[in-house]
Amino acid sequence: MKLIAAMSGGVDSAVAAARAVEAGHDVIGVHLALAANPQKYRSGARGCCTIEDSHDARRAADVIGIPFYIWDMAEEFHDGVVEDFLAEYAAGRTPNPCLRCNEKIKFAAVLDRARSMGFDGVVTGHYARTQISESGKTLHRAVDHSKDQSYVLSVLTIEQIAGAIFPLGDTTKVDIRKEAEARGLAVAQKPDSHDICFVPSGDNAGWLRDRLGSETGPIVDQDGKKIGEHKGAYTYTIGQRKGLGLTVPTADGSPRFVLKIEPVTNTVVVGAREELAITTMKGERPVWCGPQVTDKEQEGFVQIRAHGAPLPCTYYFDGQLLVAKLAEPLLGLATGQAMVIYDGDRVVGSATICQTQ
Amino acid sequence: MSPAAFKAISSQMQVLGNPSSLHTHGRSTRKSVEDAREVIAKQVNCLPSEVIFTASGTEANNIALKGLYWQGRAQGKNVVVISAIEHHAILDPAQWLKDHEGAELITVDVTADGVIDLVALKNVIEQRGSEIAVISVMHANNETGTLQPVSEVVAMAGQIPVHTDAVQSFKKTPLSFSQLGVYAMTLSAHKVGGPLGIGALILKRAVEIPALLHGGGQEREIRSGTLNAPSIVAFAAAAQDEYPSTQVAQLRDQFIDRVKELFPDVIINGNNVDRLPGIVNVTFPGTQSDTLLLLLDKANVSASTGSACSAGVHEASHVLLAMGHTQQSAQSSLRFSFGSTSTLEDLNFILSVLPDVIARGRAANIK
Repeated sequence: MKLIAAMSGGVDSAVAAARAVEAGHDVIGVHLALAANPQKYRSGARGCCTIEDSHDARRAADVIGIPFYIWDMAEEFHDGVVEDFLAEYAAGRTPNPCLRCNEKIKFAAVLDRARSMGFDGVVTGHYARTQISESGKTLHRAVDHSKDQSYVLSVLTIEQIAGAIFPLGDTTKVDIRKEAEARGLAVAQKPDSHDICFVPSGDNAGWLRDRLGSETGPIVDQDGKKIGEHKGAYTYTIGQRKGLGLTVPTADGSPRFVLKIEPVTNTVVVGAREELAITTMKGERPVWCGPQVTDKEQEGFVQIRAHGAPLPCTYYFDGQLLVAKLAEPLLGLATGQAMVIYDGDRVVGSATICQTQ
Repeated sequence: MSPAAFKAISSQMQVLGNPSSLHTHGRSTRKSVEDAREVIAKQVNCLPSEVIFTASGTEANNIALKGLYWQGRAQGKNVVVISAIEHHAILDPAQWLKDHEGAELITVDVTADGVIDLVALKNVIEQRGSEIAVISVMHANNETGTLQPVSEVVAMAGQIPVHTDAVQSFKKTPLSFSQLGVYAMTLSAHKVGGPLGIGALILKRAVEIPALLHGGGQEREIRSGTLNAPSIVAFAAAAQDEYPSTQVAQLRDQFIDRVKELFPDVIINGNNVDRLPGIVNVTFPGTQSDTLLLLLDKANVSASTGSACSAGVHEASHVLLAMGHTQQSAQSSLRFSFGSTSTLEDLNFILSVLPDVIARGRAANIK
């Protein structure tokens, strides 16, 4: 196949590209320039988006022996990922930008462009697997569960999965580093990327405050009584306990947790731990990674964080919303996060959480 | 590298001796270097003592622009004038002078064909002439090949020192330092079939400017550093090769005609004015040039886009923007270069792959 390998400058995408070449594919390396003003040097353990990273990617492509290009996706990234991230926080939700990037950049803009240019698909260094089954090509967890990235890939449609190649899904991260070493790739020991690539300082709350302002507002209990003040509602997350700065203790001395964020009134609602418990979640804008979910209840698992645990549940689609009923109550679930349904290790689909009960 | 240059560099590399040493070996190398200096001088019609060897055209541009600026500033002149289509090796040192040395930078626009606007330049000189330390206008543009009216610039400038970056022009079009009347002129070896990493600044004999590199003072105290004798003799060898201007220009014109037939909506940039024989800059509406570059490279055709930033991101060419292109149309443009070794077969090959490349490029255009 003729493939585009997305190369971030990290170890995973370098090995993925090398493996694709070894499998006999005709591969071209592409580094996506996502920041309009890339930083000169990597600060901290960030794995992409700097000039140094684009050099690392180029060097890896040279060592592998494939052509290498840089595609400017800064505008698409800003509009589709950064703006979305800000808008979601401003609306009191907690978005996952990596998921949005896969949905709108890597497997949309890049895959579309690659296909138009006559390529068959896009290779990435994500830890996930695909399988060919009766219902077509399906998306599955990586064998290395600690590195599994199927959660952030759950926004891919069947069409997009058909054009996605994940050569690392059958290997652990430890072995990928060893393999990179053996292949002579200088990025073998490069630190993993963490956090959010477009927040260079790693200080998400500060970054949000700079862009959304830090308008103070009330922190109230469930009866609406003001018990404190916050510095920008969007810097809080449902279930958060620390950093609330409350001086009025509860009657029984038990801690308070963020229950709700109301962006319109700029209010943060806090309450007891039990109040956080939910048993049902509903998600909008579902994406099916395989056959569409029906209104018939099925047993499976739902995952609500990139590296969270799969929670046993039953799930169905009511025609508008994807619904998951948990076997055990769950504490602290923010809307805006993705709920991803698994059938064993197969990704069934995902939706953006909009209601919890 | 041209065969003559390759032969020269290979044999000189086996010769012992630093040209600045006074012993027999040193003198022998010195002779080879001075022979080369005379060859270059003859080629551009200047005095041998006016040739200052440098490690690149970029270095020669930096020495000239900064040196002439500092010399002018010592006389109370603080303005640097350049054209809007200069190479980055002039744009960036000019910007540096502005940012770090307090120079006032005046950039003169170009016409839609990419030629410096002489009326605008005249106005600048009339209004600010006594404050101008240096004017730098390239001899021919590297992206479009358009020749610039350097003689007219010199005539207008009067006593103001003029520098010209002639890296693209050397050997491709008549080039005479003494006839142009400029103070300084930049050359580079690899553009004429010589090795990478060797250039020359031609600097008028009586002009003494502050140096950038200080040390042994090997080149008229203006440029220090051990002379790279093998590259210098190879530069001279390459400079003596004849450049088949007519043949290259014919090939280019055929290319233009056939491209226009294939794609009636293309724009040939700078097509109405005198240009170097080997450069064609084409705008293919509805495409992105980095996509075309990738597809052409895959089809074994090497073309170029404007430039890339330090992170490698393809950017709209400042030359095309100065000629009135929009960001989008500037980013839909490619430069094709033909050289002395290009053939009709090469041309036919490019034209055979171009339709598919442009079709895919249009389909993949996401902007």
